[in-house]
Amino acid sequence: MADKIYRVNMTTLTTSVEAVPAAWAGHGGRGLTSTIVAAEVEPTCHPLGAKNKLVIAPGLLSGTVAANSGRLSIGAKSPLTGTIKEANAGGTAAQLLARAGCKALIIEGLPKGDAWYSLALTPEGVTIQEESELIGKGNFAVVETLGKRFTEKLGVLTIGQAGEMRMRAANISIKDPDGGLRSCGRGGLGAVMGSKKIKFITVNPKDGKVAIANPEKFKEANKAFSKALVDHPVSQALGQYGTNVLVNIINESGGLPTKNFTGGQFAGHESISGETMHDTISQRGGKVKHNCHAGCVIQCSQIYNDAGGKKLTSGFEYESIWAMGADCCVDNLDHIALADKLMDDIGIDTIETSVAMGVAMEAGVLPFGDGLGICRILEEEVAKGTTLGRIIGNGAGSVGIAFGITRVPVVKNQAIPAYDPRAIKGIGITYATSTQGADHTMGYTIATNILSVGGKVDPLTNVGQVELSRNLQIATAAIDSTGMCLFIAFAALDNAACLPALIDLINARYGLSLTGDDVVNLGKYILKTERAFNTAAGFTAADDRLPEFFYTEPLPPHNVTFDFKGEEIDTFWNF
Amino acid sequence: MQITVKLFAFFRENRFKVEEREIDEATTIGDIVDQLAISREEVGVLMLNSRHTDFAVRPAPGDILAIFPVIGGG
Repeated sequence: MADKIYRVNMTTLTTSVEAVPAAWAGHGGRGLTSTIVAAEVEPTCHPLGAKNKLVIAPGLLSGTVAANSGRLSIGAKSPLTGTIKEANAGGTAAQLLARAGCKALIIEGLPKGDAWYSLALTPEGVTIQEESELIGKGNFAVVETLGKRFTEKLGVLTIGQAGEMRMRAANISIKDPDGGLRSCGRGGLGAVMGSKKIKFITVNPKDGKVAIANPEKFKEANKAFSKALVDHPVSQALGQYGTNVLVNIINESGGLPTKNFTGGQFAGHESISGETMHDTISQRGGKVKHNCHAGCVIQCSQIYNDAGGKKLTSGFEYESIWAMGADCCVDNLDHIALADKLMDDIGIDTIETSVAMGVAMEAGVLPFGDGLGICRILEEEVAKGTTLGRIIGNGAGSVGIAFGITRVPVVKNQAIPAYDPRAIKGIGITYATSTQGADHTMGYTIATNILSVGGKVDPLTNVGQVELSRNLQIATAAIDSTGMCLFIAFAALDNAACLPALIDLINARYGLSLTGDDVVNLGKYILKTERAFNTAAGFTAADDRLPEFFYTEPLPPHNVTFDFKGEEIDTFWNF
Repeated sequence: MQITVKLFAFFRENRFKVEEREIDEATTIGDIVDQLAISREEVGVLMLNSRHTDFAVRPAPGDILAIFPVIGGG
């Protein structure tokens, strides 16, 4: 079955299935969402208006048995940053969309009137239904209700109240194999879905299967690829401690942003660390290892139970734990877990919202350390859309403006994640130059700056940081196109067999003969396509900078500032 | 002289989280790792006073040594 483009027009409430244009054929995931957004969305359009489009695309290898290939990319013009945006997540939808023969789902236009809708995608096409029962409900109610409404096992993409209210930190959640949620978190894509009045999308591939051009070669390549992943020690530690293993090492390095980015070490780090979390999960009968999508061989997710042994949250990540923990000075992991669950339910980015809480704490809205206060604000203000809830739900920049705060850690209005760019300078280059606002995953220099994976570059000097960030951003753009989880990068950076096996998988799937150079060129093409969109939207080099306080306020314990000159940052684009 | 040694992740199993340790001036970080029966191959990151360091360095009195296995996340 040839892959198709599925198109939904919410203005006319019509749908179509189209052949894939030749220019899009070699793309998947982020490469495809960014290509389509750049081709079809006016860069200057209002992100919540009729001219923006939501583009959903599985990766090049999604739907196959290739290990770790279940990431789904969603793209649009971001309401948070005003730039082009791609966010990707696990869950079951990528595999099911690919099996349905969907190369990409493009949702355009805005419906007239107040009605809400759902979409149902099958190999035959997309149907649009009016939805009333689930409007105003959280994501867990959506997943649970749909489980009863339909007998088939469906992929589900959903927005919570935050997306319905078009908050700029709203995410799009994807059901995982156990009814938990994974989130395309960053950049407010849930608000774009909400603007189009779509509460949820179901995916049913029926008996659809992904065609493999060369099954024998595919099998062989997958064996080599899986082995490279499983053998790498980072993969093993991720399975045992989850991503939260990073709290202690980033704290030790002095780069753990604490108390709204006023310090680099958190006194309560041990109580929120991956080591403590591992022991707590074990003691309470949770699951230390859990896969967010079928075929994952790393299993960095987990199920975290409360003191009574009942599931509290899953997919409990370092970024979320840092943001509510160190950045808000909350040292109670149960309070953080409750807030994590609430944010999953409301459908709001845990990084953006928690950094916004940190700024709100500095403004005196609630005290630093008040974990239950965060939960109360989420339930009583954000979920209900009160004035304060909307200020916080529109992100850290919004809180800074509302309360007149100058220490607002955002780039292109997107919250800076869990690594301080003063003490870990390579990641500062990534935050500044990323086509999508501050985002560690765009070029994860932490691997080389801190973790000694893929070589070593001293985090505290400026030498080599621009080149490091450039190389990683190019590689990441390519990996984000494959449907692979970014955590394959640790193995790819250290094991010479990993990347060739990945390229062999793509070649065997499509009957191609791509080389390593082709993959690098794909990454460069994606970055340049995204940057051209942003330039046409009005962004300049002056936007590729960090907030002023990073240049003027030294960060303890190393007492360092971010001291790159503008022209040094701009050399990033010399390729 | 006395230094502080901190262990992380599975290096803590059957060892300790943090320990004050008496060493002599000639002791290298590599020696300390060996004394702890940690395989040098398993060591991912060494930090001395929150700066990256290596096996050959000799700690000074009062230094804080942190020993991590190969880990990652994001």
